[in-house]
Amino acid sequence: MVTTPESSVAARAKYEPVIGLEVHVQLLTETKIFCSCSTRFGAPPNTNVCPVCLGMPGVLPVLNRRAVEFAVLAAMALNCRIHETSIFARKNYFYPDLPKGYQISQYDKPLAEFGWIELKQNIGKKIGITRIHLEEDAGKSLHEGFADATEKTAIDLNRTGVPLIEIVSEPDISTPEEAYEYLTLLKEIILYTGVSDCNMEEGSLRCDANISVRPRGQKEFGTKTEIKNVNSFRFVREALEYEIGRQIEVVESGGKITQETRLYNANEGKTYGMRSKEQAHDYRYFPEPDLLPLVVDEKWKAEIAKQLPELPEARRARLVKDYGITAYDAGVLTFSKELADQFEAAAQAAKNPKRVANLVQGELMGRLKSRNLEIGDSPITMQGVAMSADLVESGAISGKMLKDLYDLSFERGKDFGAVYEEEGRPVQSSDTSTLEKIINDLIAANPKQVEQYRAGKKTMIGFFVGQVMKASKGQANPQVVNELLVRKLEG
Amino acid sequence: MELNLLTIDAARSAIQERKTTSMALVESFYARIQKEDSAIGAYLTLTRERALEQADRIDRLAAEGKPLPPLGGVPVGIKDVMCTRGVRTTAGSKILENFIPPHDCTAVARLEAAGAVVLGKLNCDEFAMGSSNENSAFHPVRNPRDLSRVPGGSSGGSAAAVAADMAVVTLGSDTGGSIRQPASFCGVVGLMPTYGRVSRYGLIAFASSLDHIGPLAKNVKDTASVLRTIAGRDPMDSTSADVPVPDYVAEIDKPVSGLKIGMAEEYFGDGLDAEVRKAVEDAIQSLAKLGCDVVPVSLPHTEYAIPTYYIVATAEASSNLARFDGVRYGYRAKNARTLAEMYRRSRDEGFGAEVKRRIMLGTYALSAGYYDAYYLKAQKVRALLTQDFDGAFRKVDAIVTPTSPTAAFQLGEKANDPLAMYLADIYTVTADLAGIPGISIPCGQTREKLPADWLADSW
Ligand SMILES: [Zn+2]
Repeated sequence: MVTTPESSVAARAKYEPVIGLEVHVQLLTETKIFCSCSTRFGAPPNTNVCPVCLGMPGVLPVLNRRAVEFAVLAAMALNCRIHETSIFARKNYFYPDLPKGYQISQYDKPLAEFGWIELKQNIGKKIGITRIHLEEDAGKSLHEGFADATEKTAIDLNRTGVPLIEIVSEPDISTPEEAYEYLTLLKEIILYTGVSDCNMEEGSLRCDANISVRPRGQKEFGTKTEIKNVNSFRFVREALEYEIGRQIEVVESGGKITQETRLYNANEGKTYGMRSKEQAHDYRYFPEPDLLPLVVDEKWKAEIAKQLPELPEARRARLVKDYGITAYDAGVLTFSKELADQFEAAAQAAKNPKRVANLVQGELMGRLKSRNLEIGDSPITMQGVAMSADLVESGAISGKMLKDLYDLSFERGKDFGAVYEEEGRPVQSSDTSTLEKIINDLIAANPKQVEQYRAGKKTMIGFFVGQVMKASKGQANPQVVNELLVRKLEG
Repeated sequence: MELNLLTIDAARSAIQERKTTSMALVESFYARIQKEDSAIGAYLTLTRERALEQADRIDRLAAEGKPLPPLGGVPVGIKDVMCTRGVRTTAGSKILENFIPPHDCTAVARLEAAGAVVLGKLNCDEFAMGSSNENSAFHPVRNPRDLSRVPGGSSGGSAAAVAADMAVVTLGSDTGGSIRQPASFCGVVGLMPTYGRVSRYGLIAFASSLDHIGPLAKNVKDTASVLRTIAGRDPMDSTSADVPVPDYVAEIDKPVSGLKIGMAEEYFGDGLDAEVRKAVEDAIQSLAKLGCDVVPVSLPHTEYAIPTYYIVATAEASSNLARFDGVRYGYRAKNARTLAEMYRRSRDEGFGAEVKRRIMLGTYALSAGYYDAYYLKAQKVRALLTQDFDGAFRKVDAIVTPTSPTAAFQLGEKANDPLAMYLADIYTVTADLAGIPGISIPCGQTREKLPADWLADSW
């Protein structure tokens, strides 16, 4: 349940939220960033470890070049400037799941800066990306799931040293909706590059939000809070919504915002301040002396750029061009890389790619949405869509039949092809004698409409087609119906 | 044949020619350690089993008439800041009193691969922090030349073991003079190679940008022989340099005639003991007689070296030593009720006074609001010091200086005066800061013995 504090609409209108997002993305390298341990998720605790990621005395980090390449790919996809030289730095703090007592990150000389993502809802608005830097992940503290968990905390260091990029946005985001859109687009782009699976449940994408409010027109930022521990984009939006209301209420009632870290409780839909003791950190950053400066020269950059796949924006443009579909259709079809890939494969195999596009958008997406399904969960595959498109194209089935078959697919959880077989490969009726009888009956029953048609109101044909289709339970071939009708009405 | 006095080549040849065995050599060194070390305290852990296994391997090679590797059968000692797989490695600290590493230090592994026999782990100042070896959590080391005096530090055990014939050669580590100063106090040769020449993998870090592993030996040739073995690129250490390793042993027979020797007045100022000055000046005279050109050089930023060093070194140390938190290994305080208390008490009880002092200094130097004034400033001065040397080495091939302002001092003499102790490194820290190599070669004796330091350009 989301319970937004009762700040009045009028009070809300006086203030402008200022939001910046920090997103951590795990990179899908085979091995960790500074050692050769596997990054595989879900291994038994403390099995993907070695002296280096355990922080044993005397061990040294050796940078995984693949992690650098992945980070550069993401930075390129997000329109960043890649710095030829960047510096790793130590972020010092004590925590049981941080074996070295510091995290190797980047600080004042990050890998990349000055990127942006362009929003679609608010056309032309760009959200700046301040920086993207490389760092290592920490381990996990486990408080349950083992013997004497009530008295002890267990540490799993499998995740320690998994490569991360942190993507920091400018405080350009003005509403929770924009935050949601930014995150959705960011995830889409990262997924396209293939450098991360962006799986929030497994923690391969994590988001913190910085939020403040200021009276509209004021230049200075208000005091910000940081919301951590938000594990879905929807919750980010909800948490921001709540926090904006809370901050406005505090300011309106003459109070001051405390700069603090707050946690979002998704069950209550509220944010709570952490005890200040837990957040007063001086990380004492300094350049990591165990690593040389990271140099990504022009040659390497060019090699990496070759691995950059077509990004959503470019793909949309190409889909419009190649398949003759509208920009809107292209947008729907590139909702995810997976969908776009499947679509293109199916469309290329089909007789009329445009029809495939229309079916996906008109028949498939709506059914998925109304059932709260992701495209990956669709019973009808893109091959199924392509098959149905070809059947309509050849006149074997009518549009109405296709709709019915789609409904059956969703009911039975089976692909279009299977349902089509189960239904005995239905064919729309082109049997003129049956149709002629229906038409004759219709003409006899509707003299007024016949008169109107014959007087020149040609659009009346639609009425007759509809009636024939209805009478034939959608199984009539509309083209044949049309021809017969014209002949009878004119004759 | 006096087995304990053999050099590397003599020991290897004796085994190769079956005049003795590696086993006999090892036993003779253990006998010597048994007899002498209770008074000196150089060894913390003996690795008898590992040593005998390696000796057996070498003896079988010799018996089969196969050529022994370059250090075949040579008994060596390892400063206890270098990790040895399966062998307790303490860094001279209570916090690692029972720590058994799962990994080997690259330099140690390379020595063993070249046939060396590791006798044991050598005492040192805790985490290599100290100049007298009195900061060992276990017991101090005494100078074999005079048991009332310190052997220097932090590689006091490494220097004393060589001086007392308890190892043919040893490995030490040098962060601000920790190889060269004890070498000079004990009258042996100690070499700190160029930064990056020898892998630091497995060396328990004190100050990463200043830490070096290097050999201590009775003569320059053995020193060269060990360096040749341990030097070279290591994929496990990103800061190890990919520069070919020359045959140092072949190089040392070249005449010194024609070499340009620099003499820097900054190293002969106030605070230099008169006898030490005389010995070093005499040595320089001898070099001149051998055909060296003695050229005055200026190293104007030398006076800032000690404060610069203590900021950079302690800053890095404060971070490097954060991993000793009682969570995964090492000492953990009993009965702590909260995580914070476990951290605080484990570290308070596990670390000695000097280590805690340096962690606090370093933490302060890196703190918000102080970073620019201390750490950043120190890095700038460090660059200036490096420039000093760059300039000097455009004029000369090497610079000769005293290693330490005094000869070995008495145990307890400076133990309660950290600042006086820090000044013992005044002539050595500059090379660590500049990343250049330095070697301490005995060149005379005061009542006890005496030190000279050669600084040379990188590589
Ligand atoms: Zn590892």
